[in-house]
Amino acid sequence: MMNRIDQKFKTQDKILSIYFSAGFPNIDDTRIIIKELESAGVDMIEIGLPFSDPLADGPTIQESSNIAIKNGMSSQKLFNQLKNIRNETSIPLVIMGYFNPILQFGIENFCKKCKDVGIDGLIIPDLPVNVYNNRYKSIFQKYELYNMFLITPQTSEERIRYIDDISKGFIYMVSDASITGAKNKINLNQKKYFNRISKMKLKTPTIIGFGISNSKTYNTAISHSNGAIIGSAFIKFIEKNGTKKIKEFVEKFR
Amino acid sequence: MKYNVDNKGYYGDFGGAYIPEMLYPNISELEKNYKKISSEPKFINEFNYLLKQYVGRPTPLYYAKRLSKKYKTKIYLKREDLCHTGAHKINNTIGQILLAEKLGKKRIIAETGAGQHGVATATVCALKGLKCIIYMGEIDIIRQSPNVARMKMLGAEVRPAKSGSKTLKDATNEAIRDWINNPTDTHYIIGSVVGPHPYPDMVARFQSVISKEIKKQLKIKEGTPFPDYLIACVGGGSNAAGTFYEYLDETKVKIIAVEAAGKGIETGKSAATSALGKEGIIHGSRTLLMQTEDGQITEPYSISAGLDYPGVGPMHANLFRTKRAEFISISDDEAMTAGLELSQLEGIIPAIETGHAFAIFQQKKFKPNDILVINLSGRGDKDLDTYIDYFKL
Repeated sequence: MMNRIDQKFKTQDKILSIYFSAGFPNIDDTRIIIKELESAGVDMIEIGLPFSDPLADGPTIQESSNIAIKNGMSSQKLFNQLKNIRNETSIPLVIMGYFNPILQFGIENFCKKCKDVGIDGLIIPDLPVNVYNNRYKSIFQKYELYNMFLITPQTSEERIRYIDDISKGFIYMVSDASITGAKNKINLNQKKYFNRISKMKLKTPTIIGFGISNSKTYNTAISHSNGAIIGSAFIKFIEKNGTKKIKEFVEKFR
Repeated sequence: MKYNVDNKGYYGDFGGAYIPEMLYPNISELEKNYKKISSEPKFINEFNYLLKQYVGRPTPLYYAKRLSKKYKTKIYLKREDLCHTGAHKINNTIGQILLAEKLGKKRIIAETGAGQHGVATATVCALKGLKCIIYMGEIDIIRQSPNVARMKMLGAEVRPAKSGSKTLKDATNEAIRDWINNPTDTHYIIGSVVGPHPYPDMVARFQSVISKEIKKQLKIKEGTPFPDYLIACVGGGSNAAGTFYEYLDETKVKIIAVEAAGKGIETGKSAATSALGKEGIIHGSRTLLMQTEDGQITEPYSISAGLDYPGVGPMHANLFRTKRAEFISISDDEAMTAGLELSQLEGIIPAIETGHAFAIFQQKKFKPNDILVINLSGRGDKDLDTYIDYFKL
């Protein structure tokens, strides 16, 4: 079977992906959020596995992660919640989490559980490309999981080519030299960077994330790439409105 | 070099650079340049000049007569407390500021726990006229207020880290986030032998002046450069790394690393990483760290802000795993008592961090002919409030 991420990019031009912290606002919201997002027309979902020390994240995701951990979220808990999720949904599901909790769970065990519940890929921001290639790639392949890499405005062309070469699924384009967090606009330098990447004609689809928060930033992002990821803005929304009005949030981007 | 870093940035199983892609350009720039720049004659000359004329090196290796008599062994104190700014931390900041200058950086950031590294960083930034921002846990800002005032007086901006346990771990997180947000003009001066490669090796090299001097000084005093024991306290482990560096592969020299047990290892209020830690990733380094079963980093505790770190540098993790070093945990009470004893036996008020190393005599006996070198890593002025509270002075 073709990986659901590949299927999605094959059939659709521009992808709207939403990130949420599993276990936030309430421990058992995971399945509800996934179903609401899918029925609202989102194309892909990134399930955030919370970590106590998320180095690349701003205050919104730090806070939602802390609350999720206090609520009792863990790798095992998440896998329990996701059991049989594939009976209900066919949307591409990606787990995004820092390396230490995955390492403690056991890499192989983690990958196996991902395959069991129907996860399509992982994003592990602090697992460097070379360490992945040398030590863990074969395990990911064994369980048919994609591992997605990040690029930033500072990533050299040579390194982008290398990452493109070894990437599966998509490349996560970090929109700016920045940690995560909602921003109101995209500046000229960012647009130049988006253009530079789109001119490179990479073989792997690109999705832009970090700082994408409203229809304006979303539309700018997708006009230069294959999609965009919204995280902090969505977390703020469900913090305020709960999980009942998710459709309203998603509609702003369609 | 069995116990030193290999060419991939690892000490045995530990080390490496587990960093998000955002930091890759900064870390690889450092990795490519740190050895080259720090071995250029111009760099070495200026580094040595500043260590001598500005820091006041070499620091004495002082024979502690009354302490030796009390514990019936030969105890030498490496007087890092006499360094400018009051601790060994400045050896590293001098090295890194020269490196930052050479790399053309205009803005310096650093984390600090006890404030000693923050003061040492603010000092070298003043010396070089560079903008300086220090991240410090909100709790540490309160318990180390004299050092906060010193940093401000030196022209640095002190930014409180309000996340997590609001101590050193969180200050380090905030500094790393700042670096992600400011990737081109900023150098991050890490204060200990922690963080992604090449930091642990770079900081250890700059601190290695401590053991280079011990070798020479002990040769003159005892006719041999090799003590029987080297003893140092370990939080992240920079003073210990500097003390052990030249002796790592001299296995006839026994190494003792002293950790902070806090209120006791079993109490849940401790910072004794070797006893409580498991292998994992913290601040970009694969090392031993205190964490939950789920891999969440736990909040450490020690009465001394400088040892209040849930991890330990990868060099030390490897010394522990290979049993090259013996790790001993010292409680708050033992450290405070030892600090008072050193004050009254030798007329030296140590930093509470350093007090931990001197509590070794509560747990371990030495032979009359044993030669011990204890690194007196910092002086206790910054801790007066804590001493006053504790002893009701």
